[in-house]
Amino acid sequence: MTSELSKTSPPASDATTTAAMDNFARAHRLSPLEALPWLAAVGAYFVFPDYLALGSQILATIIFALSVDLLIGYTGIVTLGHAALFGTGAYTAGLLAANGWGDPVSGLLIAALVSALVGFISGALILRTHGLTLLMQTLVVAALLYEVANKAGRYTGGGDGLQGMSVWPVFGQFRFDMLGKVAYIYCLAVLFVCWLAMRIVVHSAFGRSLMGIRENVARMHAIGTPVERRKLFAYTLSAGLAGISGALIAQTTSFVGLGVLSLERSGSILIMLIIGGVGQLYGAFIGVPLYMIAQDRFATIAPVYWYFWIGLFMVFLVLFARGGVLGILTRLTQRKRGAS
Amino acid sequence: MTGGPTTPAAIETRQLCKTFGAFVVTDTVDFRLEHGARHALIGPNGAGKTTFVNLVSGALAPTSGTISLNGADVTALSQAQRVKRGLIRTFQINQLFRKLTVLENVGLAVTERHGLAGNAWRPAGSNRAVLDEAFALLERVGLAADALRVIADLPYGRQRMTEIAVALGLNPKVLLLDEPAAGVPTGDVGLIIDLIEQLPADIAVMLIEHDMAIVFRVAKRITVLTEGRVLIEGTPADISQDPKVREVYLGERKPR
Repeated sequence: MTSELSKTSPPASDATTTAAMDNFARAHRLSPLEALPWLAAVGAYFVFPDYLALGSQILATIIFALSVDLLIGYTGIVTLGHAALFGTGAYTAGLLAANGWGDPVSGLLIAALVSALVGFISGALILRTHGLTLLMQTLVVAALLYEVANKAGRYTGGGDGLQGMSVWPVFGQFRFDMLGKVAYIYCLAVLFVCWLAMRIVVHSAFGRSLMGIRENVARMHAIGTPVERRKLFAYTLSAGLAGISGALIAQTTSFVGLGVLSLERSGSILIMLIIGGVGQLYGAFIGVPLYMIAQDRFATIAPVYWYFWIGLFMVFLVLFARGGVLGILTRLTQRKRGAS
Repeated sequence: MTGGPTTPAAIETRQLCKTFGAFVVTDTVDFRLEHGARHALIGPNGAGKTTFVNLVSGALAPTSGTISLNGADVTALSQAQRVKRGLIRTFQINQLFRKLTVLENVGLAVTERHGLAGNAWRPAGSNRAVLDEAFALLERVGLAADALRVIADLPYGRQRMTEIAVALGLNPKVLLLDEPAAGVPTGDVGLIIDLIEQLPADIAVMLIEHDMAIVFRVAKRITVLTEGRVLIEGTPADISQDPKVREVYLGERKPR
């Protein structure tokens, strides 16, 4: 603090600082660990050929968990009604396929757009509120859409579900087969694109400002961030991702039921995300498979007690393992690094 | 008044009022902050000083009255819009991102000022110009050595300096400093004073401070606020000799 504060000053000079800043600038580069989920997903295709249907559901649901993570984990927007956007995507893709437009890829894109639009409109209305009020508003949006789908039985099939979907081959080439091979690869490819988009977003300046809003909204206002606009953009993006997830599940199962808009759907995705770890991008990749595989196993052994075990597990996680499984793993590796 | 009543002030409030229910926190405050001013706002606890900063910066909406910036009415503008016009505030209690480094904290502000923070495509750390600008700013304020340390690891005095550095990263024309030395150990208060004294002369600075040593070192004008009202405004000499002020605020303690 020797010189007068002036508007012009030489940039960072000495070598160590420059090196450290280079490191900092490369923080978004891929680490080898990030290949793990993809190796696991490709491996599972060959090791568990009988479980590809479950596998596709898991891959598609990971996208839903990513979309919720963008809101809750990165932006700090709580929601208990994200099934509204998931279901919108599912019904969009379903209605298209049931009414003569069975092309999966364009169906997926249209579903994403419709969900994003619903997210934009509902977000513009409800994001003015915070905390519990916002939580209730998200519930209300989902409940409204649920009732719309229920009452519009002539188009949606109501409580019986949407029948008669005819999904065409992917790119006109790859027909969805009985074993679910095409569905699995299709879901994996879509998940990869969604993950890539999500990764780019959370490492961008925009993503940083979302985390800023999560951590300290007063500070973000004070540095001139248009907080409401950023939150609405995040909500719209998240809605689009949720719509893709719903559309994928509709297309790969050729069925859409009211369950896609249910509170249970909104709640279970939260549980999956919390199990995996919130706000860390890869929590979705851990929590969703854990939950869905456990659910599948327990459903055959003791379906009634499934919620008991998941409840017990949640209590354990909240009490002893904040940050979910990913949090435990991070702490273990840090300890190891500290010891060596 | 230095500028005369016809020249627009950097900040001018007219009949500014804020009530929470029946409780009047800001009571018809007329206040002028001249260009390049070093103006302290003092008063006992609960006098409404921080509320006044919140009103001027746009964090709170006034119940009635107007706020203008360089003669333009900004009462209806959001805080973000006021920041874009160069009206910047700091916080009495640190509002930094504790897990981020000093450089990142300042970098966020610089990114936002350049209008780059809405970019969802480009990696945040990849904009070298932003980082260099943030780093150059840290060099100017004497925080370069701490640039890559996270806030939580910094001594409190350095955290307070970062708070001001973040504000400087937004290129302020008007700077509202809310107790910049609050909580800073006595030995480090000098750092904060140095930093304030070295602020570019063209920035209008309004300073809320309890530490009279800082007030009388830095301020060229002082406004005393009690119970939401302006009690008196004048030069430091006027204020320190005013019997009313001595009674309500300074007590018998002589300013250093």
